[in-house]
Amino acid sequence: MKQTKTKDHAAMAEAFIKDEERVDWHDGALWYIREKRDIASKKIPEWEQLREAASMIKNNVISNLHEYLLQFEANLKKNGITVHWAADAEEHNAIVYAILKAKEITQMVKSKSMLTEECQLNEYLEERGISVINSDLGEYIQQIDNEPPSHIVLPCIHKRKEEIGELFHKHLGTEKGLSDPTQLTRVARKHLRNEFLSRRVALTGVNFAVAETGEYVVCTNEGNADMGAHLSEVQIASMGIEKLIPQKNHLSVFLRLLARSATGQPITIYSSHYKKPREGQEMHLILVDAGRTRQLGRADFRDSLKCIKCGSCMNTCPVYRKSGGLSYQNTISGPIGAILAPNLDMKMHADLPFASTLCGSCSNVCPVKINIHEQLYKWRQVIVKEGYAANTKALGMKTMAWTLSSPNSFNTAGRAGRWVLQNIPFVVNNKLNPWYKQRDMPEGSGQSFAEWYQKNGENNKEDLK
Amino acid sequence: MTSREKILEAVLNNQPDLSPLPDISMFKGNHNNVVQKYMDVFRSIGGKTFLVENLDEVNALITEHFDINKRVITTLTDLSDRFELISATVDPHLYEDVELAIINAHFSVAENGAVWLTEDLMGQRIIPYICQHLAVVINAEKIVPTLHEAYDIIGLGNYGFGGFIGGPSKTADIEQALVLGAHGPLTMTVFILK
Amino acid sequence: MTVGLFIPCYVNQFYSNAAKATLQLLQKLGVEVVYPPKQTCCGQPMANSGFEHLSQGCSDLFIENFSAFEYIVAPSASCVLHVKDHLTSQTNPELALSIRSKVFELVEFLTDVLKVEKLDATFPHKVGLHHSCHGLRGLYLSQMSELNAPPFSKPQHLLNMVKGLEQISLDRSDECCGFGGTFCIAEEAVSVKMGKDRVNDHIKSGAEYITSSDLSCLMHLEGILHRNNEKVKVIHIAEILNATL
Repeated sequence: MKQTKTKDHAAMAEAFIKDEERVDWHDGALWYIREKRDIASKKIPEWEQLREAASMIKNNVISNLHEYLLQFEANLKKNGITVHWAADAEEHNAIVYAILKAKEITQMVKSKSMLTEECQLNEYLEERGISVINSDLGEYIQQIDNEPPSHIVLPCIHKRKEEIGELFHKHLGTEKGLSDPTQLTRVARKHLRNEFLSRRVALTGVNFAVAETGEYVVCTNEGNADMGAHLSEVQIASMGIEKLIPQKNHLSVFLRLLARSATGQPITIYSSHYKKPREGQEMHLILVDAGRTRQLGRADFRDSLKCIKCGSCMNTCPVYRKSGGLSYQNTISGPIGAILAPNLDMKMHADLPFASTLCGSCSNVCPVKINIHEQLYKWRQVIVKEGYAANTKALGMKTMAWTLSSPNSFNTAGRAGRWVLQNIPFVVNNKLNPWYKQRDMPEGSGQSFAEWYQKNGENNKEDLK
Repeated sequence: MTSREKILEAVLNNQPDLSPLPDISMFKGNHNNVVQKYMDVFRSIGGKTFLVENLDEVNALITEHFDINKRVITTLTDLSDRFELISATVDPHLYEDVELAIINAHFSVAENGAVWLTEDLMGQRIIPYICQHLAVVINAEKIVPTLHEAYDIIGLGNYGFGGFIGGPSKTADIEQALVLGAHGPLTMTVFILK
Repeated sequence: MTVGLFIPCYVNQFYSNAAKATLQLLQKLGVEVVYPPKQTCCGQPMANSGFEHLSQGCSDLFIENFSAFEYIVAPSASCVLHVKDHLTSQTNPELALSIRSKVFELVEFLTDVLKVEKLDATFPHKVGLHHSCHGLRGLYLSQMSELNAPPFSKPQHLLNMVKGLEQISLDRSDECCGFGGTFCIAEEAVSVKMGKDRVNDHIKSGAEYITSSDLSCLMHLEGILHRNNEKVKVIHIAEILNATL
């Protein structure tokens, strides 16, 4: 799962689309969740006001983060939680390792945390002899298949149940051909229950961290975060510094929005508020930067830090639905991933802001109103200026810009037509042209409107009658 | 410079001008008919509800609906003559074989079906998550319409751990097929005391 | 009222009937229309590809051609949105801003400026309305399905005035068709798959025609329809609103 990239999003997507039956299923499954989200949101008359409030709260967080971090840290300490700060992934991983090492613990159970995926914590620990088990069912499935999650809420949404059955057969010894979701889930339940009972350290992610009280909230449907945390001797939480919210009662706004946006549920089954260690337990919280302060400094892109990781932009994104999360090759995929990733590595992720039609549906479903599609547009400008656009594209664009800004080269009737035919990509009459691969070219009407107008312009009313 | 100092300095340098917090006091739910709304929502999530007069009825329903020959535990002293009382001090792993846990909740929320519990009501933090079946008793007049009223009651909260629980544990990770009983309880029943 | 008619480059070349219908429809409604001959392109193909900095020439030319008009109307939501959002001028920024506020897509010009309530048009066919994303989420020509807000649809309002026209409903009312400018080339596989699915929604619902206020979407869908020998045809909304028996 090391981050290397030999193909861009378009090539990965093309490979995914070859299996059209799978794509149709994937598209339909995610669209169904988008529909459930629509139904849930439309049951709340004040939905759009809630989004606005959530957006404003997060704007405030971003603008006052320094203060909130200090307040949160002080309250955590008051509550008996040990606070760590990690500037990058390496430091985060080293902190987790040091906590384990101090207790001579070699096994850890982990609930869903995109941050630790981003940090590649599992790989880091495994290289040092620590075994980590992902307890969220979807993440567990991805882990045994040695693949990263393809969706932040539905980690294995790209897999069919038969494939999962095969994985269980191989790794858990289930009978060959077993693919019933209920039976597979029962097998995982039994297996992971033993892990929960035997592992002394549990790591969770954080959905919301309350500056005012020094507590953090973890949302799951499976109950896996709680099973791990409440049976552990040592509980670790990893969070990006942007996960703070100012006040406890702001949770009402975010918890009303989160699950409805994510899956159409009125609330996740478990919304657990962790504040103090229980008797005899140790609690650690790691505050991670890993590029977030850099993004905070980018005026056009800092709003991306408002994200509450509901995944609704992925579910609604037609490009995501047709191309699959793995085609993005970033921990956070889909539209939100495409505006977060270039901050992490602009060269490697230069393709992602272009993996969009800029249709804008993502911004409309976003519960914190991140202007995702506008940021995609702006990232394109930045990426081109920084020189990460392919050379051929840059040359073509310059020619096009020159021609289109020069009426003499463009619009003298005959020449215009020739230029358009030769240069506008979708009409190049050439089988190597990607437009032509699966689409015919427009037939045209013989005479351009400009030519017709030139001849009939003043008399056109007569002509048209 | 420590990482803490580095991060805090970068935040201070990069954060934009202060943007004000919104007033969220206008968000309020409708108290009409909250008991029925609560039951409808909770059932739609896959939970079971019973509207009962008293704990005797709870007792009878438990006998009817659960296998009480297996380990049943409770924090309710009124039920302690029949069922084992939860100890706050024993190793939580010892509750690994619990069939049914019967506990109180502070209140529940009509819009989403969730009950709010803090660790004192759970007996131990692990109880509502580790049991195979969870039964929760609440008072009908303690049902609030939305999470806004819920957090008004919770306030800053004087607890070490608290949580909303909104139904049996579930997953849809395999082909979006809903399966009740992921890692937590397979079922959740709420008894509403009139 | 004199309107400057803005006909985007590819419409000029390939869809002159839609351009003529736009001209004729406006004239029927009593509008004086002038087509400045030296116009080319709004610059969107460059800008959406990340080359906004190369589109100043297009912007300058657009200003030169259109600044004199009271209104500027184009049969293309996408190009109009680009002008509204991105038209700039180094020498006269205020002029650019004033032009942004007077450029209209045809449908919104008919409903919001001319306030058309009656049309003398007949089109006895089953028609599926494809919302272009730029028209929908950029120009708010209709309510967006994602929002919890009252429904409305400007193009539907106009189509309702056409005699004989039967509007079919779609499973996904406002899904993107996958054209996306240079996306259609750079992400060919996804673009085509999106287009196929969009086309199939219309076919399944029994449409004879797919209409839209954006020809770029229609050009993409038409390319797919042709290739697959489908009978369904595409037609710009101006041609329907201008159609007589």
